[in-house]
Amino acid sequence: MAMTIAEKILARASGLREAYAGDYVTARIDVAMSHEETRGVLRHFKEAGVEKVWDSERIVILFDHYTPPPTVSAAEAHKAIREFVRRQGIKYFYDVREGICHQVMPEKGHVRPGELIVGTDSHTITYGAFGAAGTGIGAIEMAAVWATGELWFKVPETVRFIVSGKLPYRVMSKDIILYIAGNYGIDVAQYKSVEFTGSVIDELSIDSRMTLTNMSVEVGAKFSFIAPDEKTIDYVKARSSKPFTPVRSDPEAIYEKTYYIDVSKLEPQVACPHSVANVKPISKVEGVKIDQAFLGSCTNGRFEDLSIAAEILKNREIHPDVRMIVVPASREVYEKALNTGVINTFLKAGANICFPACGPCFGSHLGLLASGEKCISSANRNFKGRMGSPESEIYLASPATVAASAVEGEITDPRKL
Amino acid sequence: MSQLVFRGRVWKLGDNIDTDVITPGKYLILSIDELKKYVLEPIDPEFPRKVKPGDILVAGKNFGCGSSREQAPAALKALGISVVIAESFARIFFRNAVSLGLPVVICDGISEKVKEGEFLEVNLEIGEIRNLNTGQIIKTKILSKQMVEILKAGGIIPLLRKKLGQC
Repeated sequence: MAMTIAEKILARASGLREAYAGDYVTARIDVAMSHEETRGVLRHFKEAGVEKVWDSERIVILFDHYTPPPTVSAAEAHKAIREFVRRQGIKYFYDVREGICHQVMPEKGHVRPGELIVGTDSHTITYGAFGAAGTGIGAIEMAAVWATGELWFKVPETVRFIVSGKLPYRVMSKDIILYIAGNYGIDVAQYKSVEFTGSVIDELSIDSRMTLTNMSVEVGAKFSFIAPDEKTIDYVKARSSKPFTPVRSDPEAIYEKTYYIDVSKLEPQVACPHSVANVKPISKVEGVKIDQAFLGSCTNGRFEDLSIAAEILKNREIHPDVRMIVVPASREVYEKALNTGVINTFLKAGANICFPACGPCFGSHLGLLASGEKCISSANRNFKGRMGSPESEIYLASPATVAASAVEGEITDPRKL
Repeated sequence: MSQLVFRGRVWKLGDNIDTDVITPGKYLILSIDELKKYVLEPIDPEFPRKVKPGDILVAGKNFGCGSSREQAPAALKALGISVVIAESFARIFFRNAVSLGLPVVICDGISEKVKEGEFLEVNLEIGEIRNLNTGQIIKTKILSKQMVEILKAGGIIPLLRKKLGQC
């Protein structure tokens, strides 16, 4: 019988010929990723009484949440994890120098189409942009994966978004996913797999595709896929020498629901405080004064994001009442932005440029908000207090909208600059 | 091996109870034994003192949404909640609960079928709830065999220890 991408990958990983929505399977994990949450995994792993990890070449550990460590306790966590990495001979370890896990994983060739990847981070779902089944798990489950290489899964139903039309000038994939959250609600994909397809998706760059799959977790998704095409294969082959088998849904596969979206008239979108579903078209939010503009995160800290922001900031100065913080998602992104003059544009415009990391996205350091302050952010969550004071407010938008707003000192339609 | 049958008194909660309500972020630094004193503080600060070991939580849709913090199910378990029944669960909470050995089960329409303070007998293996006050029988979703195995062992770590011991 016909299968979706999620069904095919879970069937293959479980050694079955077929698996369908609603089945429970025990699957072999292809890659297991963890960041600073590794500290919690270590505790459970010790409790389980296991000596060695199941496969030191299938585990990837990296630091991004507290880098370089802002507190002594974060420094101690890094130290303990480094010692574990050495003791266990974990082959793929990326210390504070590389950047955000979800950017570094594909860049370093750990994300391949058709593979099953778990991570101790909800945005592990990003890897579906490469046709890999990526999903977030808790620290305790990661300990079980380290011990056995296996995990149980419920095979999810799949919902499909068919995106057609032509994306207007300075409207980005971020605007599409914000529109979906606002229009269909934060549980439209609860416990489900998502597939994005259609002419607009075909045209999107790898960077833009990653934004869509990344933020699918904000609408409840377990997996989020864009079927691999030539762009995907080229990207992966340039970075991984391991063989892989791309997987696409069968034409007769069963979708629980299909949503049709025409983006030809889509305006830039803004998610207002304090919910990702509280989305308004920019025309309804323009003029809101801002104190900070954040450009970065696993959602929108890639080269394309920095580059469109630089295009807007070129020969302009950031508004005197605004602090703009730019955090490239990885060392590779940073280097490319440096070599193409993008970083120089940010410097001249008056932005603070930080080293590659999660930055202020989840409120640990590098630009927190005081009470009463408003931030326009290219990140993924605007929960109350996430970036600092519970009395501050976060507005989520595309990198273009963030840059235009930084210039004007208030939420601004990027098409006007 | 423990049986997956529980009897207890019902406490009812609404829809979209998030992990910040179950275990507020500011207390996450505490140990689970301390943290359990603040469970559901934003909606009912007296809850940890009212609840008795064996009691049952009945919630609406999307229980446990929000962050992936495993302290949320861990603190409910530490308070002695025997089973959480909800119309639906957020994915990572659901998995963390099973892995930590806190029984969870999905049951359509449960909010309308039981009242706070009633006593239930929940049999997870046959997927059935008996309302001991009204005699009504309510069907739940059936747990997978993997979940039953993990819950019977008391969580994924005890199950691992057991399996390793057999090797």
